[in-house]
Amino acid sequence: MDFAAPVLNYSLLSPILILLAGALIGVLVEAFVSKALRPITQLSITLGSLVLSLVQVWRIRNEGSTTAAMGSVIVDGPAVLLQASILIISIISVFLIADTEQFTALAAALPGSDEERHALQSGNQVTEVYPLTLFAVSGMLLFPISSDLITLFVALEMLSLPLYLMAGLSRRRRLASQESALKYFLLGAFSSAFFLFGAAFLYGYSSSITFAGIHDAVNGAAGNDVFLLIGIAFLSIGLLFKVGAVPFHAWSPDVYQGAPTPVTAFMAAATKVAAFGAMLRIFYTAFANAQWSWTPVLSLIAIITMLFGSLVAITQRDVKRMLAYSSIAHAGFLLSGVIALNKAGLDASIFYLFAYGVATVGGFAIVTLVRDSAGEVTDLNRWKGLGKRSPWVATSFAVFLLAFAGIPLTSGFIGKFSIFSAAYESGAKGVVIAGVLSSAIAAFFYIRVIVLMFFTDPVEDGTSVEIPSSLTQITVAVSLIVTVALGVFPAPLLNFITDHAIFIR
Amino acid sequence: MDAANYLYLSALLFTIGAVGVVVRRNAIVVFMCVELMLNAANLAFVTFSRINGDLNGQVIAFFTMVVAACEVVVGLAIIVTIYRSRRSASVDDASLLKR
Repeated sequence: MDFAAPVLNYSLLSPILILLAGALIGVLVEAFVSKALRPITQLSITLGSLVLSLVQVWRIRNEGSTTAAMGSVIVDGPAVLLQASILIISIISVFLIADTEQFTALAAALPGSDEERHALQSGNQVTEVYPLTLFAVSGMLLFPISSDLITLFVALEMLSLPLYLMAGLSRRRRLASQESALKYFLLGAFSSAFFLFGAAFLYGYSSSITFAGIHDAVNGAAGNDVFLLIGIAFLSIGLLFKVGAVPFHAWSPDVYQGAPTPVTAFMAAATKVAAFGAMLRIFYTAFANAQWSWTPVLSLIAIITMLFGSLVAITQRDVKRMLAYSSIAHAGFLLSGVIALNKAGLDASIFYLFAYGVATVGGFAIVTLVRDSAGEVTDLNRWKGLGKRSPWVATSFAVFLLAFAGIPLTSGFIGKFSIFSAAYESGAKGVVIAGVLSSAIAAFFYIRVIVLMFFTDPVEDGTSVEIPSSLTQITVAVSLIVTVALGVFPAPLLNFITDHAIFIR
Repeated sequence: MDAANYLYLSALLFTIGAVGVVVRRNAIVVFMCVELMLNAANLAFVTFSRINGDLNGQVIAFFTMVVAACEVVVGLAIIVTIYRSRRSASVDDASLLKR
């Protein structure tokens, strides 16, 4: 019997393979390199493989619009753009992760035990976080380019499992951190079960596991519509959970607050790009012609998500929780790009994802700097008068907040404007009205923080601003430059996205 | 026997699992309920594979088993850590982050 070896197109898959190789080398480093050398070795391997992978994405950008790995993976314009966004966001997050003050000395030690104290004294570090990051990033790269249900499910788990562990590694408030890991894990596993069950019914409906096959089945209206509806609903629950849309948002404030801040930054920004990337691909290709079935429900979810996120954020007294609710509101804004279901919606979503991701990493980078003797200070009342004590840090944070609020001259304005105009074009007027309304509500609490930082007198309670390490400085600087540059000169990137972002089936 | 009966069974198992996740307190039991849901999805895949006369569904079932095994590794690690520091695996006790 002849055996036909599968054609994998290694060059198209190389961005992911490079990261996996880097992660495996990282695991070996844990075993064989001496403790003193591990942090620097791991950091170089991680950054090296991320940069190499980005270079490889750049090189394959024009080979686009093709399939790899026997049609399991599609490499087209949006795929390349999303992968590049994820990699850039990951690189600037890794600079934050390199700040060892944030991570526990020994994850297995009981909080408050002698073992932990000993590990802290001997200067132990959890360098496992670097390979875990690389595994997560490789899953994120695979998620938005997968074009069949198996690959999609495996990629979903590949990106989630390392993140569950990373959420539990905080150095301070370890019980809260472990609790956030447990919540993230249980709810994440719950939602991926829904995802898989939905996938089963889509397979039953179309008797095909590829998106193209599902698309053809929807066009031919051959199968049982009940299977299609169950499939779309359950698969969407899994995806909406990952992006943190209401009513599947319950995990996100707790996890954002409990996880170490660099991990929160990475997770908030990169997961959102990956999950929305996959969502855009599925809804724009596989489910496009079943629009009647999902647009009304998804519009309702988008409206509730925007309003809920903006309203609840007002009442938050903790800066990380406030950013979590703000990210819920942003998930709602991004959903209007999915609902738009036109080329403009796709372009705007990709731009928005990149702009929002970079600003988020920058925002959380600032949060890591405001500290007292017991670690980070996340209580907003203690941020009073920050602008007087450290004008640079407060100004940078203000810029990121203005970008979240969508004030002109920041990337957030361009993102919001283009995504809402795309949704308006497609006739989703209710979503646009709710979006503009909740943007106004959201602007209130962002600006309240700015007022708190600049126009109230500082209280002397031991809160101080850490002198940023050079790596954190790079993160803040890059995020600032990108946020402002995209606000002032958005045209080159917008045109590039418009020229390249075309989904193929 | 009608293959649709297996779909009913799978939906039933999925529902039992989902209800279990919501009502049970012990993290291990919650986790077992999630595994039950994954297996319900597997049963649906294999049934559809039989109905449609297509092998892909059976392949997915194997992938799911592997992924579920990975999930057990990560999940038990997290649950054991929580249990060691709190002496309890109840999901209700872990409420530091609620406001």
